[in-house]
Amino acid sequence: MISAFFIFNQKGEVLISRLYRTDFKRSIADVFRIQVVSNSDVRSPIITLGSTSFFHVRVNNLYVVCVTKTNVNAALVFEFCYRFISIAKSYFGKVDEESVKNNFVLIYELIDEISDYGYPQNSEIDTLKSYITTESVISSAIAAEESSKITTQATGATSWRRGDVKYKKNEAFVDVVETVNLSMSAKGTVLRADVDGHIQMRAYLSGTPECKFGLNDKLVIDKNSQGGASDAVELDDCRFHQCVRLNEFDTSRTISFIPPDGEFELMRYRSTSNVKLPLRVIPTVNEIGTTQVSYNITVKANFGTKLSATNVVLRIPTPLNTTGVDCKVANGKAKYVPAENVVVWKIPRIQGGQECTFSATAGLTSTTTRQVWARPPIDVDFEVLMLTASGLIVRFLKVFEKSNYHSIKWVRYLTKASGSYQIRF
Amino acid sequence: MCIRAPRKGENYELSVDLNSEYRDKRKDAIKRVIASYDRRQRCCDFSLDLPTVLNTSLDVSGLFPDVLKNMQTDDLEQKKLVYLYLMNYAKTQPELVILAVNTFVKDSEDPNPLVRALAIRTMGCLRAEKIIDYLCDPLQRALRDDNPYVRKTAALCVAKLYDLKPELVIENGFLDQLRDMISDSNPMVVANTVAALTDIHISATSNQPSDSTSDPAIFVITSAILNKLLIALNECSEWGRVAVLNALARYDAQDDKESEHICERVVPQFQHVNGSVVLAAMKVIMIHIRNVRRDDLVKQLIRKMAPPLVTLLSSPPEVQWVALRNINLLLQKRSDLLSNEMRVFFCKYNDPLYVKIEKLDIMVRLASDSNVDALLSELKEYSSEVDVDFVRKSIKAIGQTAISIESAAERCVNVLLELINTRVSYVVQEAVVVMKDIFRKYPSTYEGVIPTLCANLEELDEPEAKTSLIWIIGEYADKIDNADELLGIFVDSFIEESYQVQLQTLTAVVKLFLKKPDSSQGVVQRVLNTATKDCDSPDVRDRAYIYWRLLSTDPGAAKAVVLAHRPPISIPRTTVSPALLEELLGEISSLASVYHKPAQTFVGHGRVGADSVHKGSEISDAQKALQTVVAGQQAENLLDFGDDSAQDGQPSGLAATQILPSTPAAANFLSGTSANPLDDLVSIFGGMETMGMGAGSPSAALSPTMTSMSSPFEGFGGPAPPSQPAQNAQPQEDLLGLF
Repeated sequence: MISAFFIFNQKGEVLISRLYRTDFKRSIADVFRIQVVSNSDVRSPIITLGSTSFFHVRVNNLYVVCVTKTNVNAALVFEFCYRFISIAKSYFGKVDEESVKNNFVLIYELIDEISDYGYPQNSEIDTLKSYITTESVISSAIAAEESSKITTQATGATSWRRGDVKYKKNEAFVDVVETVNLSMSAKGTVLRADVDGHIQMRAYLSGTPECKFGLNDKLVIDKNSQGGASDAVELDDCRFHQCVRLNEFDTSRTISFIPPDGEFELMRYRSTSNVKLPLRVIPTVNEIGTTQVSYNITVKANFGTKLSATNVVLRIPTPLNTTGVDCKVANGKAKYVPAENVVVWKIPRIQGGQECTFSATAGLTSTTTRQVWARPPIDVDFEVLMLTASGLIVRFLKVFEKSNYHSIKWVRYLTKASGSYQIRF
Repeated sequence: MCIRAPRKGENYELSVDLNSEYRDKRKDAIKRVIASYDRRQRCCDFSLDLPTVLNTSLDVSGLFPDVLKNMQTDDLEQKKLVYLYLMNYAKTQPELVILAVNTFVKDSEDPNPLVRALAIRTMGCLRAEKIIDYLCDPLQRALRDDNPYVRKTAALCVAKLYDLKPELVIENGFLDQLRDMISDSNPMVVANTVAALTDIHISATSNQPSDSTSDPAIFVITSAILNKLLIALNECSEWGRVAVLNALARYDAQDDKESEHICERVVPQFQHVNGSVVLAAMKVIMIHIRNVRRDDLVKQLIRKMAPPLVTLLSSPPEVQWVALRNINLLLQKRSDLLSNEMRVFFCKYNDPLYVKIEKLDIMVRLASDSNVDALLSELKEYSSEVDVDFVRKSIKAIGQTAISIESAAERCVNVLLELINTRVSYVVQEAVVVMKDIFRKYPSTYEGVIPTLCANLEELDEPEAKTSLIWIIGEYADKIDNADELLGIFVDSFIEESYQVQLQTLTAVVKLFLKKPDSSQGVVQRVLNTATKDCDSPDVRDRAYIYWRLLSTDPGAAKAVVLAHRPPISIPRTTVSPALLEELLGEISSLASVYHKPAQTFVGHGRVGADSVHKGSEISDAQKALQTVVAGQQAENLLDFGDDSAQDGQPSGLAATQILPSTPAAANFLSGTSANPLDDLVSIFGGMETMGMGAGSPSAALSPTMTSMSSPFEGFGGPAPPSQPAQNAQPQEDLLGLF
């Protein structure tokens, strides 16, 4: 299991060091500093030297490192690192050198709580926040009672929920967020298009509500209404928050659970069939001799006119020896960013069905090397509200509770792309 | 909450603050003490010069009693701070920690369960000899506490104690208590108990002296325990599930019914959001599926594995990489697992390199007639990326595709030609190497490519690319009109080339001479002269002598040897031996499965357990046995020939070589497929050559070579691997050795 946990800054200084087990000395941190931080050519997230393995994850110029001497579950170590990062984010916003230094007592407290003797323990943010706080907690007789509630919750079958939650207005918000991954070849054929969806839920419900959640999942709909329903979505795979009863899903594909209080990720899913691509990008890029590259790019919004794509950002690569780019755009703003060798074209809003064009010429300096321009893909970021690229729809969310209160449910859809909507040219 | 480390002269001030009547002031003071301590420790870690350390952070050890006073408090946060201070302090000043024992013991009886658990957890972490003796009673109580949070903490504390003083754990009967706790009503307690027992079990088995064979049987999973684990599995936290799944993986199922039952109960875990749970579940399935006899169930299980594996590819890159390495392993066992999913492995432009390379390997594994076009256009795309390593591996992947899918070979060759036309140096070189492998798989099929390859002759500067091109020229010398000119270029620069290139040039020129004796007499003479007279490498000289002698005595024999038929190469489905593959499949998700190496190679437990030594030797025994069989077969041929020549009365080096090409051993020798026996063969070969020249009567010298392989002659052929086979064996290794 995990023997030691460190956080290093970019210079290789140890910001946090916690040895969970006896098999290492603090000086083991030096080894990591020499082997990874000061080594520019690290090509694997796990480094094993002798019998010592270092697992590292980078976040904002920090290294979160776990060290072990055993044949551990490698995925577990990385999941643990990422969990720590998300807990830290939720406690103090941003995880960077400054926030780690300012909160180091809290971090020690947290890492002792989420891992004991190198075995990860309860790491549900909601529960942790109930007893690891930044304010002081008085341990009186009342507090003792409170604590035993907390501890039962932290270890119980529903470790993610306190029993005594009360709201005046019972509400549940469901956000379906889909990230579209696309790679399109230069010829315009789709090489890969799939959707990583996650359903974020904010539950403000009293008591211990029993929820049932329904999607237009093809497997469920086809079973219930023999033939017909064509708007059903084929989900390749679903993964659920630990509150969802996996056994029930396995046998009948019903999603039932007792939700944690507040915000959590209910499920993730993946869909690859019938993915609707919200933005169609048609690039024409020509190298004119060795001194110029001409760009003609058209972006077409491929959805209903009532909807619109917002925050559209195209990053159009230019050759390394570009001296300047002359851009003409009808919508938005385009700017050449020499440091990244891209032209960034920002369009605040594109209405459904609308077309935007971009034309530019990049001037090149002559070079001695004969290296061909690698032509990295054009990357598009965007957001479209009230659209799901997979066609997924939330059919129902039923809440059952002893007191039988009325609850209001809200559903939002968002399709977005960030960094993985790529068009080659 | 910004904590500034105290500066010199602040000691007094801190001490006052620690004794202040205001809680906030006290707390702040403790934080500063910890900050100072932490900083000091860090500075020491970095071995900065001591004066600087002492100036920037003062020695706070004098404040110990003041800090300790703050331990008795109602304020939970303050208590935690003092505990934190103690955890850091205990290692450096164990004798002072004893002062805290009373408070610890008192805290372990506190009405607040959080405080009880905290006391137990911290005491276990102190690792001070003196405090351990005081730990047993509170621990005994904590294990029976009615609060599950305290019990789960206590369970792990037993493992901590075992690490420090195993005899205390046994004396106090904590082990039996842990075993009882598997039946605890709380799933988290069960999970931690399982983790603690496994931990103790591992350290007990690995510390066992290697000569004793008895199993300490600390944590034996019986079918009664199995049921409890299966129940806890669905209820405990994600990390607990991993611990339980690991325990399930160790269980030996009684019969196939039980294995089926386990598989059915574990499969729902594939839907868990945490990737480590998914992989741990895969591990359990891969182990217990071995006993499942119902084909439909096996099929169903395998079918259910695919989607979660693909989903893991949308995890963070590090988890993705772990998943990819495991997928690679799973595909070696079940090649049909992801047959329709190749597209998800297409590399994204911004994937980290380690992910890309792993995806590349999996893509080639998944290549089939139906998806090869998509694969090739992807690989072509990758070949124009920036990272040289990745580009080279992409081109190699094209070669592997060509070799494994015959129908696509032509398309692969066309892609390679397009790449060669880019004239980017490393692309061309890699493409040439790959082309050579394609020629070795499909001899005399794509000869039309040769002119293009030869046109790029001057582009090549890497030895491997050069040897590949030279090999191609030599192999197809009769079809290339200006082969003598081309090889002449290399003969001219013979002395400057690396040995690898020299050896290949030598062979190619001899091939050329055998195919076109009229036009190349001059070249062969020149190369043999240079190689025997001016060359430093004994290998090159040796080979030149062999050829020279062969050519001058019997060109027919030379043809039989040099132009012998070579079996086409192929790519094996697995990169590890079948036995190791089975072992690794039982280790899915672990570090061993990521490295594709057995755990013993990188996990040292001080002493290697008797169990593993035995197992290890078994495997190598099997391999050794196989090798002996191969060696035996070849030795038989050799002995035959040895006897023959001895009986004939007039054996000569030449006679030997005439017999050799017809034997399987010789074929092996030429194709360079086997390892050890080859050296022996060559030592004879080399031996004979020297004998032929040195000693007048080979028959006299031949018998010692036969009887003892360690004769001085071995020095000629032995040390550096034999030339011809080395040349032929290497490209194949490279193909496989992609990673």
